[in-house]
Amino acid sequence: MFQFILRRLLIALPTLFILIAATFLLMHLAPGGPFTTEKPLPDEVMANLEAKYGLDEPLARQFGTYLFDLVTDFDFGPSFVFKDLSVRDIILQGFPVTLTYGFWAFIVAISVGIPLGVAAAVHQNSWLDYLAVGVSIGAQVLPNFVMAPILVLIFTLWLGWLPGGGWQGGQIEYVIMPVIALSTSFMASVARMTRSSMLEILHSNFIRTARAKGLNGTSVIWRHALKPAMLPVISFLGPVFVAMITGSMIIDYYFGTGGIGQFFTNAALSRDYGVMMGVTILVGTLTILFTTVVDILYAWIDPRIRY
Amino acid sequence: MPKLRYFGLVIAATAVLGCGSMAADHLDENQEFTYRLLDQFPSLDPQLNEDSAGFSVIRDLFEGLTTQDENGDLTPGVATDWSSVDGNRTWIFNLRKDAKWSNGDSVTAHDFVYAWRRAVDPETASSYSWYLEVGQIKNAGEIIAGDMPPDQLGVSALDDYRLQVQLSAPVPFFPSMTTYATLMPVHQATIERLGDEWTRPSHMVSNGAYVLQDLVLAEYHSRIKNPLYWDADNVIIEKVTGIIVNDDNTALTRYLAGEFDHLDGLPAGQYPNLKDKYPDQTFSMPLLCTYYYVINQSESGNPALDDVRVRQALSYAIDRDVIVNQVLKGGQRGAYSFTHWATSGFDMPDIGYATLSQAERDAKAKELIVEAGFGSNGDALELRLIYNTSESHKAIANVISQMWKEKLAVRVTLENFEWKTFLDKASNQDFDIARSGWCGDYNEASTFLQLVTSDNDFNDGKFTNARIDELMAKSATSEIDPQKAYSEVEQILADEMGLIPIYHYSQVFMKVPALKGWPLNNVENNWYSKNLYMAAP
Repeated sequence: MFQFILRRLLIALPTLFILIAATFLLMHLAPGGPFTTEKPLPDEVMANLEAKYGLDEPLARQFGTYLFDLVTDFDFGPSFVFKDLSVRDIILQGFPVTLTYGFWAFIVAISVGIPLGVAAAVHQNSWLDYLAVGVSIGAQVLPNFVMAPILVLIFTLWLGWLPGGGWQGGQIEYVIMPVIALSTSFMASVARMTRSSMLEILHSNFIRTARAKGLNGTSVIWRHALKPAMLPVISFLGPVFVAMITGSMIIDYYFGTGGIGQFFTNAALSRDYGVMMGVTILVGTLTILFTTVVDILYAWIDPRIRY
Repeated sequence: MPKLRYFGLVIAATAVLGCGSMAADHLDENQEFTYRLLDQFPSLDPQLNEDSAGFSVIRDLFEGLTTQDENGDLTPGVATDWSSVDGNRTWIFNLRKDAKWSNGDSVTAHDFVYAWRRAVDPETASSYSWYLEVGQIKNAGEIIAGDMPPDQLGVSALDDYRLQVQLSAPVPFFPSMTTYATLMPVHQATIERLGDEWTRPSHMVSNGAYVLQDLVLAEYHSRIKNPLYWDADNVIIEKVTGIIVNDDNTALTRYLAGEFDHLDGLPAGQYPNLKDKYPDQTFSMPLLCTYYYVINQSESGNPALDDVRVRQALSYAIDRDVIVNQVLKGGQRGAYSFTHWATSGFDMPDIGYATLSQAERDAKAKELIVEAGFGSNGDALELRLIYNTSESHKAIANVISQMWKEKLAVRVTLENFEWKTFLDKASNQDFDIARSGWCGDYNEASTFLQLVTSDNDFNDGKFTNARIDELMAKSATSEIDPQKAYSEVEQILADEMGLIPIYHYSQVFMKVPALKGWPLNNVENNWYSKNLYMAAP
C-alpha cells in the first residue's frame, strides 16, 4: 500500500508538469492577450506593460522563469488583470469560500443521494422508488443556473428569509442557497447511480446466500450490499469532490460569493495568464490527490483489490 | 455591451442637474448607501485604474485638483483656484492648506508631482499613462517611451501649496482633466513602504471624502466617511457599500427585495415593464456610446463593399426602430449619425436617409442593390458578419441578417467569437461586417469622429476620405469652427456610408426614491457619494 501511494505521487509530478506546459502553451496560442482591448493601447504603453510582466521575453524563457518561481518560492506570479494582487492572494481569498460551500454541498449530495438511491433499489417499483427516481430526475433536469435565480426569487424576494447573495465570511444564511444550488444535480446523479448499482448487487448470489442464512433485511442491505454497491459511486465521487470544492462559476456568478470558480472562466476570457495557470495547477493537483484517495478507498472497500 | 474601459473625462459635462433640493427633505437617521457593481474592478490604485467601475470608487477615496459638482460642472477640489499665464500653456494651481491625508499628513503639491511622475514612469506600466500625453503635459510621451527620466515631466511644486504644470501645446480645458483618477495624488511614503500592497483596506492612505474600510475580491467593498476630509462637515452619507452581482436578473430581484438603493444594469428588455411598474424608480439616460457595424473596405473585405451603393443599401435596409423598440427595449435611439445625439455642442446635420420613412428607405435600398448588380435578380451577395459573444449582439445580428436577406437577398454568414478572439479578427480585417461599439472618452464630437480619419488605429473598416481627414485636422487646431466641421463630417459619412450607425446607447438604472442628489442629467454618469443623501421616508 505504501509503495502504491509512493508510486502514485511520483507519477503525479510529470503529470502536473505536462498539465502546466500544455496550459501555458495553449494560453499563449489563444488570440489576443491580457492587454488587448477594444481601444488598442499606444505601442509604448503596451511595451511598458509587456516589460513589466515579462511578456517581452521569448516564450520558452517565460515558461522557465514561471516554473522556477513556482518550484523554488511557490510563487504563482502576479495577476495580469487585478493589478495590485498576486495570484496567491486571489487563490487564498477565493479557495476557502469554494472549499466551504463545495464541502457542504458534497455532504448534502451524498447524505441525501445515497439513502435515496438505496431506498429506491430496496423498494424497487414501489411508490417510494418512483418518488425517488422522480425527484432525482427532476433535480437533474433543473440545472443550477436555472435553480439559482429561482432560489433567490423564492427565499429572498417572496419569503424574505435569506440574503440574495454575498458571503460575509461564510455565515450560515449566506451558505444555504449556494449549497442547495450546487448539490442538487450531483445529489440526483449519486441517487441514480446508487440505485442501479444497488439493484445489481441485491440480485447477486452472495446476497441470496445471506438471506438464505436467515439474516434480516436491514443487516443484508447495510452490512453486505452497501459496501460493494458503493464502488462505482465512489469512483464517480472523486472528481466530483474536486469539482465541488474548486467551486462553480455558476454559483459565484449568481450568488456573488467571491469564490475561485468564477476566476477560472474569467481568467481564460480575459487572458489573465497568471490566474489561469494558478487555478489550473490548483485544480490539477487536487484532482491527482483525490483520485489517489479514491484508489485507496477502493482497496478498503473491496478486499479483493490488491495494489 | 462593450466595456467602458476608457471612460475618461477630458471635458466636464455641461449637463444640468435635476435633483430635489436638500432643504426640502428631512434626512434619514441611517445614512448608508448600498449599490450594485456588475464586476470586480481591477485596481483601486488611481494611476493603475482603467475602468469606470474602479473610477466610481476612486472618486470617493481620492480627490484631485478639481472635482465635479452635482451638475457635472467643474469645482475646486484640492486646488482652490487656478490660472494660466501664457495662453493655456502653463497652469498654476493653488492648493488648499486644510487638505489632509487620512493619516493626518497634509496634502501638498509634492504629492501631485509624485503621482503624475508615477503615472508616466515605465516601471509603473500604467495602461492609462497615455492620458498625460493627451493632456499635452511636457515630456510625457518621451518618459513613457523610456527616452527621459520621469523627473523631467512638466510638473513641479513651486512651494508646498503651489503646483505648476507645463504643457507642450495649449489645452484650454486642462483643469477639467484633473478630475480623472490618473491625475489624483497618492501618498508617497505609504507606497514606498508597502509597494503593491498599499491599496489593501488596512494600508490605504487616501485624501478623499471616504476611506476604504473593507474589500473582498469579487464579493463587495465598503468605504466610510473620512473625518479628516477638509469638507467632512458637508458629507452626509456615512457608509457606502458596493456589492458585486454579475447576473442582471438576480441583481434586479435583490434590488426589489430591498438589498440595494441603486441598481445599474437592468435585464435586457425589462426597461419598459419596470418603468411602467416603478415610474419613480426607473430611469433612462443617454450614454455617450454608439453601436455600429464596421464595413470592411480594405482588400480583405468583399470587393462589393467598395461600392457605395452596396454600403448604402445595407444601411437603409436596417429598420432601426425594430432593433431599438422590439429587440433592446432600453430607451436607446436609432442612429443615423456616428456621433451620439446627446454629445455636448454637437449640431446634428440633416442626414437625408434619416428623414425618410422605413418603407421609403427599403425601396431605395432595393433600387441601389439592383443598380450595383446584386439583389433578387442579380448575383447573390455573400457577407461574413462577425460579433462577440453576447445575447444582444446575437439578437441584433439575427434581425439585421434577416432584414438584409428579405429586402436585398444578401446571404449572411453569422460568426460568433469570444471577446479577445473577436478583437483579434476585427483589428486584422478578418471580416466583411463586424459589430462594434464606441464610447466617447470625453463629451465632445471629436471623440467619435477621430475614429473615421484614415490613419486612426481604431478604424477597423479602413474607410478613408480625404475631406474628412482635412476637416478633422483643421478643427483640432481651431482653424475652422469645430462644430461646423463635425456636422460636415457626419454628412460625408452618411453619404459615403463609411460605417453603419445602428443605435445610440442609453443607460437604464433604478434607484430608491429616498436616495437624493443623484446627478440625473450628467451624461458621463460621474456621481460622488459626498453629494448624495438618504431622505427620511
